[in-house]
Amino acid sequence: MSEENVVLKIENLKKSFGDKEVLKGVSFEMKKGETKVIIGPSGTGKSTLLACINMLVVPNGGKIWLENEEVTSAKNLNKIRQEIGFVFQDFGLFSHLTALKNIMIGLTKVKKMEKEAARELAMAELKRVGLEKEASLYPAQLSGGQKQRVGIARALAMKPKIILFDEPTSALDPELIGEVLSVMKNLALSGMTMLVVTHEMGFARTVSDEIIFMENGYIVEQSSPEEMFKNPKNQRTKEFLFKLNELYGE
Amino acid sequence: MWVTLQITFFTLGLGLVLALPISFGQIYGNKLLKAIIAVYEKILRSIPELVILFLIFYGFPRIGVRFSPFAAVVIGLGLRSSAYQSQVFRGAINSVSKTQMRAARSLGMSNFQGFVFIVLPQALRIALPPWTNEFTIVLKDSSLAYALGVTEILRQGGYIIATKHEPMIIYLTVAVFYFVVTIVINKSLGRVEKKLAIPGFDVKETVR
Amino acid sequence: MEKIWNIAVKYWPKLLEGLGVTMEMTLISVVAGFLIGIVLAIARVYGNKFFYGLSTVIIEIIRGTPLLVQLFILYYGLPPLGVNLSPFIAAIIGFAINSGCYQAEYLRGSIQSISGTQMKAARSLGMSKTEAIMQIIMPQALRRVIPAWTNEFIYLLKYTSLAYIVGAPELMAQAKFIASRNFQFFEVYLVVAVIYLVVVLLFTKIFSILEKKVEIPGLEWVR
Repeated sequence: MSEENVVLKIENLKKSFGDKEVLKGVSFEMKKGETKVIIGPSGTGKSTLLACINMLVVPNGGKIWLENEEVTSAKNLNKIRQEIGFVFQDFGLFSHLTALKNIMIGLTKVKKMEKEAARELAMAELKRVGLEKEASLYPAQLSGGQKQRVGIARALAMKPKIILFDEPTSALDPELIGEVLSVMKNLALSGMTMLVVTHEMGFARTVSDEIIFMENGYIVEQSSPEEMFKNPKNQRTKEFLFKLNELYGE
Repeated sequence: MWVTLQITFFTLGLGLVLALPISFGQIYGNKLLKAIIAVYEKILRSIPELVILFLIFYGFPRIGVRFSPFAAVVIGLGLRSSAYQSQVFRGAINSVSKTQMRAARSLGMSNFQGFVFIVLPQALRIALPPWTNEFTIVLKDSSLAYALGVTEILRQGGYIIATKHEPMIIYLTVAVFYFVVTIVINKSLGRVEKKLAIPGFDVKETVR
Repeated sequence: MEKIWNIAVKYWPKLLEGLGVTMEMTLISVVAGFLIGIVLAIARVYGNKFFYGLSTVIIEIIRGTPLLVQLFILYYGLPPLGVNLSPFIAAIIGFAINSGCYQAEYLRGSIQSISGTQMKAARSLGMSKTEAIMQIIMPQALRRVIPAWTNEFIYLLKYTSLAYIVGAPELMAQAKFIASRNFQFFEVYLVVAVIYLVVVLLFTKIFSILEKKVEIPGLEWVR
């Protein structure tokens, strides 16, 4: 890896399930502090791409680097996964643990932190997403928006080099989307490297440094938000953005 | 072997005949009826099958009715099975949502029509897997007839051992018989289940 | 009625002794079955082909044959092969294995009812598969399986009555002993029935209180 500040580099990534090829060769890279948004019709491999990055799904071809380490050939995946935060569409909170314990368990069991230090750090992260009062509640007692904020805090606490967001607001009621997006926005402003799959065009437009449009397992187009929205080059991108616009308005 | 199968079928039949009215009573009956049924089920579910069998075998002669061991087994296991089967049916009927009945009434059906045409077809599908389960339980419990001296397959095995002295082989053979019958029951009722399957009606349960 | 009362009064030490053995057998079997169940369930859900196959075969065979036959194999089948078990031990081994297979199936259902995201989320934090199973999956699965487990306890309590057929000195055996002396079979078994009824109802109540105590919001069980 030549460039110092490249956090994530993906080269010709391929994945098929049976005879269905979901990723047909995807390449891009992310620099430190960048926020990139992946958009595209459903079923085009966006979520698979994210899952491949931390090897929750094992790709069939291509290479992934996290800074100087090749993820795709890593011996200790669990070590690498600690450095890649993941935020799930359906939150992925552990149902038997309180909000605070959800954040602590990765610190104590994986990072082997002392319990007290872990509690302090977890509490700080909860505060960062505005949920210190909800620390002792169980997932079932939280609203969807609160659950997702805990999910983000849990990823943050592990001090990852990058956080992957897999449609973090798709499972939320419309009135709860705002609180999650604003946490994510603050995170981006604070310099976290973020790769986000989302349909929230407002977020993509105002927060991201680059938008990646994927379709049928390929990256069709990638450019800055201004470029993408004002002057999309590809016909398919135009059609997709037009459809989104029709659905959600401005 | 035939005795074992006979006990199983008669027991299930008796249980079924008793269970249907019991489950209806539990759902649609008045308070008193519901309470009586609840006690009936509770008692039969709390006492070991063996004790039920002995009570029937030794108890009825006191009121002048003498049952053969075979009949006592079928009655005892049948009563117990009725308590279980009625729960299966009640659970199934209750799990068909109330809106189904309301929708049926909104089309102008009577309560009875709604039950027969809408609720029952759904409930029976739901009831089939636990009922299959009950079938195999009764098959296995029929071995308790041994204790009353009925010559079912286990006792038959014992008689053979008395002359041949190879208990391991004989009892393993008996086990194989039960295993094969259990599999045949599960497979064939599983096939019925698949035939009747409707999307959205996947019922999976592990009950003993 | 008076006869029944007399039996209870006259023979209560014998009956109590039998009940003690019954409870002892139930407790030992249910705990041993629990350990067997955990191993079988994990093998069946997470094991490779070999362990999956092995545990499936064991579970299906045990669940497909009557407990009484299993007891006979242990008690009458083994001695000619040089293994002599006391009735008590044979019964407990039989109950534990039998119960273990049923408990494995409850646990498997419970594990599989926990959404796949829980595993993914645990792995995404860098947990190994074993850590994820122990820290995330099992604590939830075990909580969800509690009602099935308490049911299993009640089942075993009742099924230990089979042990008298191979000669273990539990409640039924005592009853038979008493009845063969005074020939009041019906009355004796009625007393025994009441004892079982009371014990079963008592445990049902205790368990339902305990279940409430360890309940976590969102992990309630369907009663």
